Amino acid sequence: MKGILPLLTKELKLEFRKQSTLAGIALYLFSLTFICYLTFKLKQQSIQPVTWSALFWLVILFAVMNSVAKSFIGERKGLSIYYYYLASPQAIIISKIIYNTVLAFALSAMAYFLFVVFIGNPVQDSFLFVLTLVLTSWGLASSLSFISAIAAKASNSHVVMAVLSFPVLIAVLLMAIRLSKNALDGLDFSVSTDELYNLLAINCISTALAYVLFPYIWRS
Amino acid sequence: MNLKKHWWKALAIVLLVYVHTVGLLAEVPRLNILNETIRALYFHVPMWFGMVLLYAVSVYYAILCLRKPGQGYDTWSVNFAHTGTLLGILGMITGMLWANYTWGSPWHGDPKQNGAAIALLVYLAYFVLRGSLESEEQKERLSAVYNLFAFAAMVPLIFIIPRLTESVHPGSGGNPGFNAYDLDSRMRLVFYPAVIGWFLVGLWLVNIRVRVQQVNKSNS
Repeated sequence: MKGILPLLTKELKLEFRKQSTLAGIALYLFSLTFICYLTFKLKQQSIQPVTWSALFWLVILFAVMNSVAKSFIGERKGLSIYYYYLASPQAIIISKIIYNTVLAFALSAMAYFLFVVFIGNPVQDSFLFVLTLVLTSWGLASSLSFISAIAAKASNSHVVMAVLSFPVLIAVLLMAIRLSKNALDGLDFSVSTDELYNLLAINCISTALAYVLFPYIWRS
Repeated sequence: MNLKKHWWKALAIVLLVYVHTVGLLAEVPRLNILNETIRALYFHVPMWFGMVLLYAVSVYYAILCLRKPGQGYDTWSVNFAHTGTLLGILGMITGMLWANYTWGSPWHGDPKQNGAAIALLVYLAYFVLRGSLESEEQKERLSAVYNLFAFAAMVPLIFIIPRLTESVHPGSGGNPGFNAYDLDSRMRLVFYPAVIGWFLVGLWLVNIRVRVQQVNKSNS
């Protein structure tokens, strides 16, 4: 367990040193939001809360997919052999999941900000909404980091990544959409506890599976 | 797996002949809307039971693959997944037939129907992954890992999410399931043999496919 912290700082340092990728993702998020704005906001205030949440989760899904996919796919072959000598596979996958969760949450928060600026803010219960964003970031990050590790071994990794991850993510997204609908409508918190527990359970399962199974992927 | 004996094949045939005759001719409970379509219970639901059972056996072989690689468990695992998917597609078709007469349209957008479709997509992605891996050794290990992940993704899609939402499917969303029907004990007498019968037919199919593949391998 002790290898996690240095690996995390390494990830963060790498990310901040290579600012082009971070800026690229930010720009991607901005253009996605702007496209949504241009296509829907031509008539003022014509957007329904349901459409808002659908657009929001689509933007999140694509931005997070693109940023998390590179966690294993981009890495060079020699690098992974080097890590193999330095750290245990469990430490590597846990540090990746933590790092990607933070990254996914940062992206979601940014997307929320951009949506508020450009498209409007129909969210009535912001605490529940932010809680949903945190849990969804964790869920997306844990499944996507693991699947990116599998896809990195395949020959056409980007296609395989998309094919493998979308069906697996749907369970997380369904819960997220349901929760964000409750947050948009400003329903009482007790209405959403079932979904929150469910999302938490799905996250725990995918993280535990990633933790147990990652050593087998790593070995090759 | 040692299934050289033939008694279980005969048992499968006897059970299915029994299910088809009794299932079509015997008395069934008269319920509103369902009427005679309640007989779909004997033909549609066993497909899903069989699918889940076959997928579970596939997961068992996937675990064996990871424990003792290179022993040919991979062939078993993938063929159980293949046959499970076949039963899943048949379950989908029989369900759509039933929905056409009970709900008014073959694809009603019911959470259970959508969840089942996504679960099938997860397993189709598994076959895509196998196709895009080149070395046999990698194929065995990575597809076994994804198999476990796919099974874990399927369970909430089919068993948990449809129960949480409003659904018109019998047995979820507060609708009466199997247990709530009158005369349920009489229906059980046909239903459980149908599950066993279809599972045995699946086992038979897997057995034949594996033997053909083993012969092909030893010839080339």
